[in-house]
Amino acid sequence: MRAFLLFVVFCAVVIPAQASGGEEGEKFRPGDMIMHHISDAHQIHLIGQIHIPLPVILFHEGHVEFFSSSNFWDGYDEKGELKFKPYTTSSGVTFENHHEIIVVAGGHSDAHSSEAVHAVHSGSTLIHDSAHTELAHVLADSLATPSPEALGTAQVEHSKPLDFSITKSVFGMLLVIVIMIFLFRGIAKSYEKRKGQAPRGAQNLFEPFILFIRNEVAIPSIGARKADRYVPFLLTSFFFIWMCNMLGLVPFFGGFNVTGTLSITLVLAAMVFLITSFSGNKHYWGHIFWPPGVPLPIKIILVPIEIMSIFIKPAVLMIRLTANITAGHIIILAFVGLVLLFGQSSAVAGYSVGVGAVLFMVFMFFIELLVAFLQAYVFTLLAALYFGDATQEHHHDDHHESH
Amino acid sequence: MEFLTVLLDTMMNQGLAGIGAGLAAIGAGIGVGRIGGSALEAMARQPEASGDLRANMIVAAALVEGVALFAVIVCLLVALG
Repeated sequence: MRAFLLFVVFCAVVIPAQASGGEEGEKFRPGDMIMHHISDAHQIHLIGQIHIPLPVILFHEGHVEFFSSSNFWDGYDEKGELKFKPYTTSSGVTFENHHEIIVVAGGHSDAHSSEAVHAVHSGSTLIHDSAHTELAHVLADSLATPSPEALGTAQVEHSKPLDFSITKSVFGMLLVIVIMIFLFRGIAKSYEKRKGQAPRGAQNLFEPFILFIRNEVAIPSIGARKADRYVPFLLTSFFFIWMCNMLGLVPFFGGFNVTGTLSITLVLAAMVFLITSFSGNKHYWGHIFWPPGVPLPIKIILVPIEIMSIFIKPAVLMIRLTANITAGHIIILAFVGLVLLFGQSSAVAGYSVGVGAVLFMVFMFFIELLVAFLQAYVFTLLAALYFGDATQEHHHDDHHESH
Repeated sequence: MEFLTVLLDTMMNQGLAGIGAGLAAIGAGIGVGRIGGSALEAMARQPEASGDLRANMIVAAALVEGVALFAVIVCLLVALG
């Protein structure tokens, strides 16, 4: 208890102390900080000014570029954040890192664009401030539309190479994969070694969860006969999502946001969709396109809805997971941003807000731990229900009303 | 007047997105509140079923929250795009 209170006071002192150093220089924008910490990046930011570069793998005009992202690093600006410079690879192509999206430098009117950038950065009106946010840049670059400052003088379009880099989220995912492989291979081996004996160690720790997914999630939803075909996928998705969520909650570890990226949850949901569609039997598709026991006028309305729901159900899985995890991260970062925002005006304000904000943050971390497990469980449960729907056998009482 | 028009043009999206996020929060609050209320009522009627009720309440709350977070994502996209 004492150690906990000491830790809280320590945090309450350290966080505002860093904030009060930022009184001179640019205004602190909590929105930018939050977006910066949630989005993917090409390097891992551990603490302060320690960054770990990650490999950049690009596919541009038919050949592969492979280099370290530290080639983009150009020192630090007054807020202590990394600055980026263009980098020319050995094959002569110049790339730039625009808010973690790698583009080919150049495009039309390059000289104009750099002048426009300088002009806008030096003076700033209200309009430019609001259009000047980081995400506006990110969206502009990602949609290959002219960035806000370039709109004034010249149209600049950046072509983008195909980006297959090992970014922070990919690295986090690979880390979880490696951990899972070692962990579950070890557990499987201990089941072989200790046949018939009581479980020990990691096997003992994970056995309740494995049995829970099999007995309480898979078998009630899919039925005892067919459940074992889908249990491997359900177990994998449950532990993968749970561990990725937990990885994002470890403080000072680079702020991974693996399951908060739509791409990764899209793939998970797509796998659920594919498995459901491929294991759908005659009755499943029959129920969708011609629901039995339903009068004809309602059938006409119901069938398009059923067809849409084939695609909407996995899409909802994807969004639910992403939104829950990202929202949790945003809330925690917002509290940190609150402290830094107050600390900017005066050190005393920073300290006093710091105590309350840190307590709230700790509380939010507990909630996030619950959410990490819960979202993994809900994803797995719904996947099991969809598989159960798809493989359901013919029940005679389904057609009872139409006879 | 010029200034107001310009302000409204640039801030309209963000303002409406803020209102949307607030409405999503109201929806989530009402939905989860009703789930929690029914669960507590049922637990009061039959305390020995508490464990089952608790598990089902949490699952239902997660599903309802998912829908509310849909709205949050849409508002975020509107506000920042």
